[in-house]
Amino acid sequence: MDDTLLDVRNLTIGATVYPPDAAPKDISIVHGVSFTLAKGRVLGLIGESGAGKSTIGLSAMAYGRGGVRITGGQVFLNGRDILQERAAGLRNLRGQEVTYVAQSAAAAFNPAMRLMDQVVEATVRHGLATRAEAEARAVQLFGQLGLPDPDSIGRRYPHQVSGGQLQRVMTAMALCPRPSLVIFDEPTTALDVTTQIDVLSAIKKAIQDTGVAALYITHDLAVVAQVSDEIMVLKSGKTIEHAQVRQIIEAPQQDYTRALVSVRSIDHTEKEPAAPLLRVDNMTARYPGVKLDVLKDVSVQIAPGQTLAVVGESGSGKSTLARVVTGLLPPSDGQITFDGRTLPAALDGRARDDLRELQMIYQMADTAMNPRHTVGTIIGRPLEFYFGLKGAAKRARVQELLDQIEMGKGFIDRYPAELSGGQKQRVCIARALAAKPRLIICDEVTSALDPLVADGILKLLLDLQAQEGVAYMFITHDLATVKAIADQIAVMHRGKVVRYGPKSQVLAPPFDDYTDLLLASVPEMKVGWLENVVASRKIESAGR
Amino acid sequence: MRGIPVSALIGLAFVALYAFGAIFAGFIAPYGMAEVVGDVWEPASSAHLLGTDSIGRDLLSRIIFGGQTTIFVATAATILSFTVGSIMGLTAAVAGGWVDQFLSRFVDLIMSIPALIFALVVLSVMPVTLPVLIVVMGLLDATRVFRLSRAVAVDITVMDYVEAARLRGEGNRWIIFHEILPNALSPLVAEMGLRFIFMVLFISTLSFLGLGVQPPLADWGGIVKENKDGIVYGIPAALIPAFAIATLAISVNLVADWVLSRTASLKGGRDG
Repeated sequence: MDDTLLDVRNLTIGATVYPPDAAPKDISIVHGVSFTLAKGRVLGLIGESGAGKSTIGLSAMAYGRGGVRITGGQVFLNGRDILQERAAGLRNLRGQEVTYVAQSAAAAFNPAMRLMDQVVEATVRHGLATRAEAEARAVQLFGQLGLPDPDSIGRRYPHQVSGGQLQRVMTAMALCPRPSLVIFDEPTTALDVTTQIDVLSAIKKAIQDTGVAALYITHDLAVVAQVSDEIMVLKSGKTIEHAQVRQIIEAPQQDYTRALVSVRSIDHTEKEPAAPLLRVDNMTARYPGVKLDVLKDVSVQIAPGQTLAVVGESGSGKSTLARVVTGLLPPSDGQITFDGRTLPAALDGRARDDLRELQMIYQMADTAMNPRHTVGTIIGRPLEFYFGLKGAAKRARVQELLDQIEMGKGFIDRYPAELSGGQKQRVCIARALAAKPRLIICDEVTSALDPLVADGILKLLLDLQAQEGVAYMFITHDLATVKAIADQIAVMHRGKVVRYGPKSQVLAPPFDDYTDLLLASVPEMKVGWLENVVASRKIESAGR
Repeated sequence: MRGIPVSALIGLAFVALYAFGAIFAGFIAPYGMAEVVGDVWEPASSAHLLGTDSIGRDLLSRIIFGGQTTIFVATAATILSFTVGSIMGLTAAVAGGWVDQFLSRFVDLIMSIPALIFALVVLSVMPVTLPVLIVVMGLLDATRVFRLSRAVAVDITVMDYVEAARLRGEGNRWIIFHEILPNALSPLVAEMGLRFIFMVLFISTLSFLGLGVQPPLADWGGIVKENKDGIVYGIPAALIPAFAIATLAISVNLVADWVLSRTASLKGGRDG
């Protein structure tokens, strides 16, 4: 018997779209994709959003999500075509032979049920084991996945464990019925880098220990290179390249793959230190009604036309720093000096010019623009508000700004819903630019975007900085972005700045413990990187 | 042109019919509103298409003029309640703090008294004229609109684009009318259809109880009241205005549903 587990032949997947002004029409999402997966192997599916990677992954369960239909082709699992199965056959297949690990563990667990009940549910329901056997298996898996207290963690509720732990519990849930194939759908995308590395190595170890085959779906090539045996690159529902990991990373054949591999390689030389435009001195802040300082004694400076990158995990206080600087959250202690004058702590006390010179760009461009305003209104309002531009003069200036963000003509009368993710973020940049600011606060502006699109946004921001001499306070959790754009870096951890200085100094040894951990956790586009990091950590902890 | 669903077409047809009747009542009614033209409770005939009422007035003419009063009072009260309720609700959501607390608790206080009883008490000490009726009904109903618009707006005020507007230095007036109102409009429009119907029922109830529109002026609730004794003798005169109330209620809701699905479109909902 040959060892082919999954054989997908010429798969086509379609969906029906309902445009607001036209009749519904059928479109094709995946156009004739074929691949095979051997038992015990891991295939990474990679591509930007909309490439069809999740859709293809779910077809291995003969499932189409949200109105998506499998319209053609064959999917053989263990030799039988599962697209021909009826409902009863599919029920036996799903949660037994093929299981699924979703991206957002927090949303995928039922908050009202204990973890153990959810982990063993499918196994027991399928009659694969008695409740006691399934629980014993789950406890063993919890141990393999490196969860604390494997014996008792199952008695907790989802909100009582961290996001990284929840993701590992979900992996245990998927492995519990001893499936022959697991589909991992972006399991680490929503996690911090330092957590991601733990989950990643736990998943990899569990895959090796159980000998299960897996489809690993992600948009991060560096991540998928760590866990997969082979990689399939997808774009717009077509296979671009399918090869062994080493070949994809080290010798990509296609232009698109090459672009993905070389992403985040923007070269940015650090500027000389200069007199500060913005000074934040001894800032301490807490949210109303909470007896906990979110920021503790934070002092940073930004020079005109330069970029300060504020790096840290979620909860480190980096976004709070932005809220304090903008005046949305008046600090309990400390002072903000902008261009030599002290800024009033609260938003209400600031002059219109103070507001104009300090603009903000948000992470989610979707919610940062009023869905009922056109692009022209969104960019035009600051022009009208700050400079009194009206009518044709305003429209001409909006077009000028659109040209500057490389969007050109034809966008001025569109609504945000008619733009792509990258275009939306560009419009937000144009809105900030319209005010002729001297400092723009960028709050995770690229983290919701695909790598190639994010690269474009970073390049645009750097170009604009060169043209307009605007300074950035760039808040991010992504160190690769920091390397690409920063002149100065502040590393934040639990509300404190643990490391601060010019980029060349902050990113050079000797490191403090936290910066070291952070730097070591950023996935590198290299085969075997994960093993090296995990091994070096073990040596360190053994030496302590 | 996109197709209009059948249900909305039916609704539109009935609404158009009633609106036409209300606006041109003076021209299309065969007899005068308070004119006694026949015997008591005459059956339908070619002279009186729906028969006559309890004192011999033409019922069709009464229904047409009554529709005019009912629809006018309900429309005016709905507009008043939406203007007052949504502006106060959006203000409470945007201002927050003690303004929100004060307005919300005040509205809670009003709502703790049953609206009908409140209206009856107020109308028993006030002169019952149409403007007084409209103001009392509109203000009482504004509490419901306040609750809805505040709930909708609270969700919108936490969006980043509202924060962006605040950071720009925009005042509350701009934020309410340009950032929040366009996004709150869909649920408000749907609610408006529903509230209009409640207004029709409210004015009909008041008239039926004798504290609404005063005779000889006709309105549907009043016609039901005048003719209710006839039901005992098998005379259907009271059911006809009741039927008018029911069909108006259903058809306005059908239209409101359709408007809602249109304004919920992704494209900003202001096209076409």
